[in-house]
Amino acid sequence: MSVERFGAAEDLYSPAAVSHFTEPRNVGAVEAADGKGSGTNPSCGDRTTITVRVSGGRVAEARFRTFGCVAAIASASALTEMVTGRSVDEAHALMPGDVIAELGGLPARKEGCALMAVGALRAALVDARVRAGGAA
Amino acid sequence: MRRVYLDHAATTPVDPEVADAMARVLREIPGNPSSIYAEGRAARALVDRAREEVAAAIGADASEIVFTSGGTEADNLALRGVLKARRGEADGLVVSAIEHHAVLDTADDLERHAHVRVTRVPVTRDGLVDPSDVEHALDDRTALVSIMHANNEIGTIEPVEEIGRVCRDRNVAFHTDAVQTVGVLPFDVRELPVDLVSINAHKFYGPKGVGALYVRQGTRIATMQTGGGQEKGRRTGTENVAGIVALGTAMRIAARRREEDALRLAGLRDQIIDGVCARIPGTVLTGHPTRRLPNNASFCFPGTQGESLIVALDLEGISASSGSACTSGDTEPSHVLLAIGLDRKVAQGSLRITVGRDTTDADVARLLDVLPRVVERLRAVSQEPVPAT
Repeated sequence: MSVERFGAAEDLYSPAAVSHFTEPRNVGAVEAADGKGSGTNPSCGDRTTITVRVSGGRVAEARFRTFGCVAAIASASALTEMVTGRSVDEAHALMPGDVIAELGGLPARKEGCALMAVGALRAALVDARVRAGGAA
Repeated sequence: MRRVYLDHAATTPVDPEVADAMARVLREIPGNPSSIYAEGRAARALVDRAREEVAAAIGADASEIVFTSGGTEADNLALRGVLKARRGEADGLVVSAIEHHAVLDTADDLERHAHVRVTRVPVTRDGLVDPSDVEHALDDRTALVSIMHANNEIGTIEPVEEIGRVCRDRNVAFHTDAVQTVGVLPFDVRELPVDLVSINAHKFYGPKGVGALYVRQGTRIATMQTGGGQEKGRRTGTENVAGIVALGTAMRIAARRREEDALRLAGLRDQIIDGVCARIPGTVLTGHPTRRLPNNASFCFPGTQGESLIVALDLEGISASSGSACTSGDTEPSHVLLAIGLDRKVAQGSLRITVGRDTTDADVARLLDVLPRVVERLRAVSQEPVPAT
């Protein structure tokens, strides 16, 4: 019996989630962003803001800021990586389940954290479309 | 990587001498203390001796010690037992806003299901209960006051002596949850005007799953469970002989070591408090600056969130806890942090460091090296403005 054997950090969060948490990708805000959106989790007070640069119908750059738990940070980090280079429509169609799959799963009852990231992204994409003069 | 365990308020590692005593009982004493033949008598003798050890450590008489399954059961027995015994003549219960859930949730339950009138007295920014608030909450139908000796989250030591005197003047029974203090601070029921005291072995290097309730002679208390009548009917059920022996042993060791330990731990605690405040801008020290447990350093770091702090430290090999570790997905900041008036957002970034016998200077140095980096990294991700200190 040992703490190391039965208490690995990966038993709580997947290696991918741990990686996105300890070395988050795309932290910050896109300079002169085309769109900005926020998502909050009213049950715990966590908040994610995502900014995007859109070019030729594709997400050229996405960055995030998150105040929240490991799952919230990992979800936002993974999502910004997933959408970079994708078409706006594809990005908009991503579901919380896609983020969770990318992370190799999240602990039970942490699904809302992925939803928060997806909500922030969609809000940012809608904002970019409105600002570009298109319909929301 | 050597792990650095800094969560002794959650639980302490079992003292090897305690573990040995417990293992010997499990291996060598097969009897039930209620049996009158040799095996039973041996088990009974061990339980009796442990009862005397526990009693001696707090200045009580052995007949005043009721063994329980731990602190939660002791709290439940105190509240439910006294209110039940006084049913029909007194129905008032006074608690503080920062009691452990074992007291607060029991009070809620009694209020909802047993027609008990509950008064919750507030605390100051430092987490102190004002004895005059307790006095004002008393009326001629108050059955019990329950105020903890020291708070498990922020470490503030409550003025239980003054509160006890208020209760005694008004002839109201006084319970204190001393789970964080017995074995840590001097505690003598001949000096403290307390009638019921909750004790928990695993907070002072005993095993989990055993504790005791001190019940002062003459205090009226009813039982919560029915059965074979053990513990003079106050807590029936075959005694946890090995656990009880372990509790007695842990208590005896704590009485011997307490003073020296407290002095050393307070030094480590102060190193942590000073080091963290100096290295991390915007640190909020929670709890009373001086009237606090010798092992407790608790903080909030605005711009961070509890679970992130805990997991980041865990990944660096450091174990600590938070009053806001959102593991269930919908955690409110702790009731204690809100009761001392902290902003909800600030309370989300709480961290509790509690040192113990096994904590070394090197452990403290490691914490002071790792924690500022962790806070800085999380703040870089959240980019919440950090208030000036």
